[in-house]
Amino acid sequence: MRKVYLDNAATTRLHDEVFAEMLPYLKDIYGNPSSIHSFGREARKAVEEAREKTAAALGAEPREIIFTSGATEANNIAIRGVARALLQKGRHIITTAVEHHAVLDACKALEEEGYRVTVLPVDAYGMVSPQDVADAIADDTILVSVMLANNEVGTVMPVAEIGKICRERGVIFHTDAVQAVGALPVNVDDLQVDLLSLSAHKFHGPKGVGALYVRKGTKLKVFSFGGAQERKMRPGTENVAGIVGLGKAIELATTGMEAKVSRIKAMRDKLIAGLLAIPDTRLNGHPEKRLPGNVNISVKYVEGESMILSLDLKGIAVSSGSACTSGSLDPSHVLMAMGLDHQTAHGSLRLTLSANNTEEEIDYVLSVMPDIVARLRAMSPVYPGKE
Amino acid sequence: MYTEKVMDHFMNPRNVGEIENADGIGEVGNMKCGDIMRIYLKVNDQEVIEDIKFRTFGCGAAIATSSAITEMVKGKTLAEAWEISNKQVAEELGGLPEAKMHCSNLAADALKRAIEDYRSRKAQQEA
Repeated sequence: MRKVYLDNAATTRLHDEVFAEMLPYLKDIYGNPSSIHSFGREARKAVEEAREKTAAALGAEPREIIFTSGATEANNIAIRGVARALLQKGRHIITTAVEHHAVLDACKALEEEGYRVTVLPVDAYGMVSPQDVADAIADDTILVSVMLANNEVGTVMPVAEIGKICRERGVIFHTDAVQAVGALPVNVDDLQVDLLSLSAHKFHGPKGVGALYVRKGTKLKVFSFGGAQERKMRPGTENVAGIVGLGKAIELATTGMEAKVSRIKAMRDKLIAGLLAIPDTRLNGHPEKRLPGNVNISVKYVEGESMILSLDLKGIAVSSGSACTSGSLDPSHVLMAMGLDHQTAHGSLRLTLSANNTEEEIDYVLSVMPDIVARLRAMSPVYPGKE
Repeated sequence: MYTEKVMDHFMNPRNVGEIENADGIGEVGNMKCGDIMRIYLKVNDQEVIEDIKFRTFGCGAAIATSSAITEMVKGKTLAEAWEISNKQVAEELGGLPEAKMHCSNLAADALKRAIEDYRSRKAQQEA
């Protein structure tokens, strides 16, 4: 059966060149980067080259890059690290209602430890207002964390504006840039961020490796112990092959990005237009300030998982914010924060593209979707029938 | 995650639709949790389910359990149908993922509501 992968916000296919670059480090170059002999030195060299590439892609210094096991760990090191380091200064943290759970739950854990957390609302497009951030900053605010682009609805946040506000007010600013690398320009100075998290597998790198950018002078308290690796921020023997993969992947993702992005955008817009041609559908997220590869629609009278299953039977891989797919009884916290009613949230469908997709695949999706929706609507007790 | 039987009922649901002038209609679920099941019954004088149809808004499990129960009780008496539990419906399908056992496995409840509806209508007619 034909296979079409449209779940690139979940993870992406490893790039062939990344795979080739990683291979030697999975087998022949097995030294521990901390060893001083030739085996270790060879591995160390590879790790440091990857660090340079990662730093270059972000407009950062190599020493400002800490490799982690992924963005979840990077977010935890950033948020918990700042909270602990600035305990004497204050206990107030600001974030938004649509962050990834790696950020929201890390903040929630701090709340239980006595910190005060302000979770800012978003508008109907999933956008946070910089003014709300400015208004929320108090004397005891130590950290603001706002994602660069939302993983579910693709809304691109006004991070540079928020960065400016935070800098003026002397508050540390962290951004979860997981969805943005390779999709938007990500420069730590332009964005005025102090901390930035990323994950390799979101841009055709391997799983299990990510990075945290830590601006020089930003104090983080360590809470994991056992070695001097990654400036003690992330102790433990480095995932050398993974780090090499990250370095290559971020280099590829950020080189010639504009051409790749405009091609993906064209496919995205075709997909959106085609899906919205089905009656009683709507686009979730911002019409323009949106990730180039993100499509999120709600199909009225139909539940999301049933659409996923139907598409899966046609070889098409997508996701949904419906409760049935979230592992809880509630639909996506992002869609609910945007003010969607339950039916609209349960009927959401996310299709996320990468450079590997083709226009022909989009045509295929658009050719099968109307029948899938019609079949499920015919079963639905809430469908009033065709006008 | 789903058994072949679940996928078969999801793709080829039995007895989808409505019964005009149904003798009993039962609905469970709500939009908040994302599952709504409605069952329609046609019952003869011997209280045998002559026809049964369903409409369901929900996930694969919700649709499959609705479809499965219609097959399980068609031709059965109301007394027999009343005895069927949500658990039995899940077993009939070769099991459901743990997360689905409580939220989307409500077909037996919908059927019970339809039987109750039938009985209360009948009681009203006889009164």
